[in-house]
Amino acid sequence: MAVTIDNSPDTIAPAESTLRKLTMRSIAWLQAGPMMLVFALFFLLPLVLVVVVSAWDYNEYEMIPAFSFRGYTDTFEGCVANLPELCTILKTYLKTLKLCLLTWSLTLLIGFWVAYFLAFHVRSKTWQIVLSLLCTIPFWTSNVIRMIAWIPLLGRNGLVNQGLVGAGFINKPVEWLLFSEFSVVLALVHLFTFFMVVPIFNSMIRIDKRLIEAAYDAGASGWQTLVNIVIPLSKPGIVIGSIFVITIVMGDFVTIGVMGGQQIASAGKIIEARLSALQFPAAAANAVILLGITIIIISALTRIVDVRKEL
Amino acid sequence: MTDRSKKTSISRRSLLKGAAGAAGLAGAGTLLSAPYVHAADPKVLRYLGTAVNEGDEISKKCLADTGIKIEYITATTDDVTKRVITQPNSFDVLDTEYFSLKKLVPSGNIFPLDARKIKEFDNITPVFTKGELPNGKKIGGQGTAPWKVLYLDGPNSKTFSATPTEYVTLIPTVYNADTLGIRPDLIKRPINSWAELLNPEFKGKASILNIPSIGIMDAALVVEATGQYKYADKGNMTKAEIDLTMKVLTEAKKAGQFRAFWKDFNESVNLMASGETVIQSMWSPAVTKVRSMGIACTFQPLKEGYRSWASGFCVSKAVAGGPKLDWAYEFVNWYLSGWAGAYLNRQGYYSAVLSTAKANMTEDEWGYWMEGKPAKSDIKAPDGTLMEKAGAVRDGGSYEDRMGNVVCWNAVMDENDYMVRKWNEFIAA
Repeated sequence: MAVTIDNSPDTIAPAESTLRKLTMRSIAWLQAGPMMLVFALFFLLPLVLVVVVSAWDYNEYEMIPAFSFRGYTDTFEGCVANLPELCTILKTYLKTLKLCLLTWSLTLLIGFWVAYFLAFHVRSKTWQIVLSLLCTIPFWTSNVIRMIAWIPLLGRNGLVNQGLVGAGFINKPVEWLLFSEFSVVLALVHLFTFFMVVPIFNSMIRIDKRLIEAAYDAGASGWQTLVNIVIPLSKPGIVIGSIFVITIVMGDFVTIGVMGGQQIASAGKIIEARLSALQFPAAAANAVILLGITIIIISALTRIVDVRKEL
Repeated sequence: MTDRSKKTSISRRSLLKGAAGAAGLAGAGTLLSAPYVHAADPKVLRYLGTAVNEGDEISKKCLADTGIKIEYITATTDDVTKRVITQPNSFDVLDTEYFSLKKLVPSGNIFPLDARKIKEFDNITPVFTKGELPNGKKIGGQGTAPWKVLYLDGPNSKTFSATPTEYVTLIPTVYNADTLGIRPDLIKRPINSWAELLNPEFKGKASILNIPSIGIMDAALVVEATGQYKYADKGNMTKAEIDLTMKVLTEAKKAGQFRAFWKDFNESVNLMASGETVIQSMWSPAVTKVRSMGIACTFQPLKEGYRSWASGFCVSKAVAGGPKLDWAYEFVNWYLSGWAGAYLNRQGYYSAVLSTAKANMTEDEWGYWMEGKPAKSDIKAPDGTLMEKAGAVRDGGSYEDRMGNVVCWNAVMDENDYMVRKWNEFIAA
């Protein structure tokens, strides 16, 4: 965040120029300082502590500050010995990635079209704001309430099953509507589509309308305009929305827990089980692994689009 | 027992908010009353625990009787333990379960109370002190039974004493015997064994507690009931025994036996009331709650016996030596003096000092809750709502019938670390 200063060497003496450059630079540091301090104190330091603790030993009631990779080796227990059968951690991550992929593609699909509708079909600013605010309605109640509310809808004796049985589509209630991967993905999509809508809408609204007119004048079909103009110019929004959704779903254990009837494994749940048993180093090790995998996914995404450049 | 709490409809958050303001003011009734002027130096105790015993009525009555103001800090069992270990200065009085002592005592963060300063200590039920009923019958002691961890060698000792000393880890307050809750209207046949929990007849309609150390004990009760294996101690398994038990659970999970696992009070009530499950491990007041919705639900006694739990009071190390220690003794003595015991008994729990609780209950209440007699008139909850109509008999019968058939106690195993890993494997299977 260096401030660029345009000093022409012809007009200012060299010594004075260096001095001026120095003060300007220190002002820049001062300006960035508070944010850096907050960032270091509340993000970097805790992160470093997590990494350090992950390499500690522990017993039933305390962490022991002695070097031990037990948290890691225990986590990968059986990964080689049990081949070809997958070990716990691999199974868990495959399941988490699967849920993540499903949620991501569905939120992207729905989020993109909602944003498209808001940006290009709703003409008035007022209505755009009103309709975007409507998207936030699910966030008016707490996460837990939102999830519990699915039970009377999707349960064995819930509304959907009653409706289907009543209409004669099925003979007896179907079980997979609730406490299944289906219900987990449904709840996650319901919760997180909004995180996709906002950044994509933000990108779309900034597309110069004249580009679309030009494409139309040049004889492009609607589909061609979408593929060649709208999607490429919405990419930063798509990537930012994807980062939101992927990072949230990778670490989620509450939604997956409640909607999956606590029977579906997730990376976050392993950490939670370890924390509940006061095994902090093991929990920290799992957190480091989760962080690593999430960073890999995110950096792959930012490879596709240079978000900073596009902004 | 995470959140035995949610039996009142107050959420944890609002409870915390209430506690932050003033414990006694959380109730809607008092919100309307005039502001309360406290004495210059109010005696305040910060009370950390699960919401089992944290009734507003108890703190109000305590303030009226002793002048001690109780500020509740409510958390789940796991979080209570975590808080004692990581923030021992954040509470004064601790209300927790005996099984967590294996973690708490070695941490050195709790201070044992002196039995000689507890007026009713000699009247505490022998369930805690000797592992037997008042009539002398021995109780099953597998797991972390309270009498195994009741005494310490000395005031700062980190080892449990097998013989009575005056240093008591937790002054006993409340306990109960847990079993399966069932929906008799949907099952339509008698249930009398833990084996039924994994009976394929209830495929997709069974549930267990999502707390590894308790879930595995329920599974162990099933394994024994089906005659597959006999454990030396269900509450302290060897690695091989953990493997065996988890294998049984994993097979059941893969076959689709479980609808969902539950972790808090309301979840268990919802599952049962909505008919998602028809048989599951449950807590007594949760069964009562389902029944109060007009839905048939039985806290089914089983021939293999009950899994029991117990909790009690101690104080934070930070309190030792200060005036708060005296207030803590005053509070604990008040707690055991009868009013609170009667309050707990009326919720379906059991009070540690039976004689004083009895003196605070009507003969009919005592007969229904403790002696297994049919209620002569309607049985009301502490808040006055109708729990049972006249003529009803308590599930499982009398105190002797229920506590006498306890076979094991909630526990932390020596192989806890291994067990938690196996539990994660089970969830991923």
